[in-house]
Amino acid sequence: MTINNFNLLKSKFQKKRNISLIVGILLFFLGILDFCLNNFQNKNITFFLPGSISFFTPLIFAVIGLHLIRIEFSGIKILDKLNKNINTSNFNAALSSCIILLLIFALPPLLNWFIFDANIAGDTKEACTGGGACWVYIKVWFNRFMYGMYPNAEQWRINVTFIAVLLFMAVGFFVPNRLRNYLSFYYTILLPIISFILIYYIISGGSFGLVWVETGAWGGLSLTFMVSFFSLIFCFPLGMMLALGRRSNLPVVKYSSLSFIEFWRGVPLITVLFMSAVMFPMFLPEGTYIDKLIRVVVAITLFEAAYTAEVIRGGLQALPRGQYDAAKSLGMGYWKMHIFVILPQALKLVIPGIANTFLALIKDTPLIFVVGLLEVVGMLNLAKTNPKWLGFSMEGYVFAGIIFWIICFSMSKYSQSLELKYKTDR
Amino acid sequence: MSDTIIQIQKVNKWFGDFQVLKEIDLEVKEKEKIVVCGPSGSGKSTLIRCINRLEEHQKGTIIIDGTEISEDTKNIEQVRADVGMVFQQFNLFPHLSILDNCTLAPIWVKKMSKKDAESLATEHLEKVQIIDQAQKFPGQLSGGQQQRAAIARALCMEPKIMLFDEPTSALDPEMIKEVLDVMVNLAKQGMTMIVVTHEMGFAKEVADQMIFMDEGMIVEKATTKDFFANPKSDRTKLFLSQIL
Repeated sequence: MTINNFNLLKSKFQKKRNISLIVGILLFFLGILDFCLNNFQNKNITFFLPGSISFFTPLIFAVIGLHLIRIEFSGIKILDKLNKNINTSNFNAALSSCIILLLIFALPPLLNWFIFDANIAGDTKEACTGGGACWVYIKVWFNRFMYGMYPNAEQWRINVTFIAVLLFMAVGFFVPNRLRNYLSFYYTILLPIISFILIYYIISGGSFGLVWVETGAWGGLSLTFMVSFFSLIFCFPLGMMLALGRRSNLPVVKYSSLSFIEFWRGVPLITVLFMSAVMFPMFLPEGTYIDKLIRVVVAITLFEAAYTAEVIRGGLQALPRGQYDAAKSLGMGYWKMHIFVILPQALKLVIPGIANTFLALIKDTPLIFVVGLLEVVGMLNLAKTNPKWLGFSMEGYVFAGIIFWIICFSMSKYSQSLELKYKTDR
Repeated sequence: MSDTIIQIQKVNKWFGDFQVLKEIDLEVKEKEKIVVCGPSGSGKSTLIRCINRLEEHQKGTIIIDGTEISEDTKNIEQVRADVGMVFQQFNLFPHLSILDNCTLAPIWVKKMSKKDAESLATEHLEKVQIIDQAQKFPGQLSGGQQQRAAIARALCMEPKIMLFDEPTSALDPEMIKEVLDVMVNLAKQGMTMIVVTHEMGFAKEVADQMIFMDEGMIVEKATTKDFFANPKSDRTKLFLSQIL
């Protein structure tokens, strides 16, 4: 008796379920169809409804459709997956539908602009006949975006230097275990010196038969890299020292670190750059001259070091006191304790924060335009005012956006891999 | 007198207005084992943390093996190297393997060669029976194993004195025994030990002297036998009746 009842119930239930499933799918696609017709054919199939309701019909259809196909367990793999991931409640269903409709709305025009209606062949403005992006502009100016005003014939010097620096950076991967302890020394002190010498003699020139190219002519992405590279390398150890200094028991060290940090955190970068370029030379004794680029790198380094210091201090503060106790009880002094016990743990904790600061630093570099140094965004701004190429600022900014995204995304990925590498369960 | 290794005279310590240690006098001879007990907040941890100056005392003198511990102590690191300490929360270095935990201080403080330090560490890890865990990280070990590793780490400095700050209080009951066994063995080998603990069974087995502390004072100091058989003060009697 009971079994019969149950079977009856089950089959009834199943029938009902199948109907709701079919109706739901139909409604959902009706919503999408309505939306597509509205958007791409300018036809409104719900014209008989009042305007405001008619506007929302696609969304309403889609949400009701999703509601009907929300079944606890159907046995159909796709359906279950869909329900689990985008259709757990009416609110989620509404959000999912909004996103789907938004994608349908935004993707085709974007793709058209980027690819289908875009032009890349040719090398004059007149080659751009389509309604989309004019990649010809980027192609023609590419050299400038990469190397700034650096003479075309000499650009191989930048390439050679960058490849050499990259090789020197890669040393860390090939070093034998016995020398591993010296790597941080190498990266923070030797590598910057080597790179500086390379840049000074090859990119700057003036000796070994190479033509002198003044720093004002450097620019584009290569300048972005140079400024970021030196600032990143120097701001990290400096920030570390400041963070330790701020926690020091010695009043002089403590308060000088504190005021340094608070000063640099309190002033905007653009002012700092401006001061470094305009005011600073006035304080120098007659006849001394420090290159604009060096002043800018120093300014950015000091500025970002203050931020890095606070990030690292956060990590130091997060360590339990027991770690300090244990290190002290083993007879380690201040420096041994910090180098072997405290900093390795604290720095591991702050990898996300450090990555954050570094990404911000890279994205701050375009500000060096205020002192007349034109890195990639500066070159774009220059190029867009060229009378022969007016009206392509959009392409330029999209291009710069993509470049910065690639740099920052790869750094962010790298920081994630570092986090994984140094993960030991606490 | 020559075999007195720790001498504490009239030591006072305040945390702000609160006095944690009041006129503490204590003398420890070489190879002596002392167990300190008492209710929480009675200052027993603070007392042994003062011995290697993880806490600073404000009044009185502490002399360790002929060196007075004070603000002017230049070689506080030298004293600390001679005084091993084991903590309630183990405090192993989580970013280093057990072996590296043990070799770190011998290599960098005692300037031992890596090879010597490793063989020394292996020896001590064998003694505490976790040599098979040597390559693991602290986070992968049980509490009892971590505490034994911490003991081995302290022993690798070859200290003259070992301080134990409630070494079993953070452990599961099953793991307490494995740690206590290690400590009993250590006591039998003639180490000078000051142990803060509530493990009265351990105290009866190894302690030469018992110290009972309350409200920052040493209420009772007696040989182990006397302490348990006929405690003098009422406070001690009350404590013992609750704990035994």
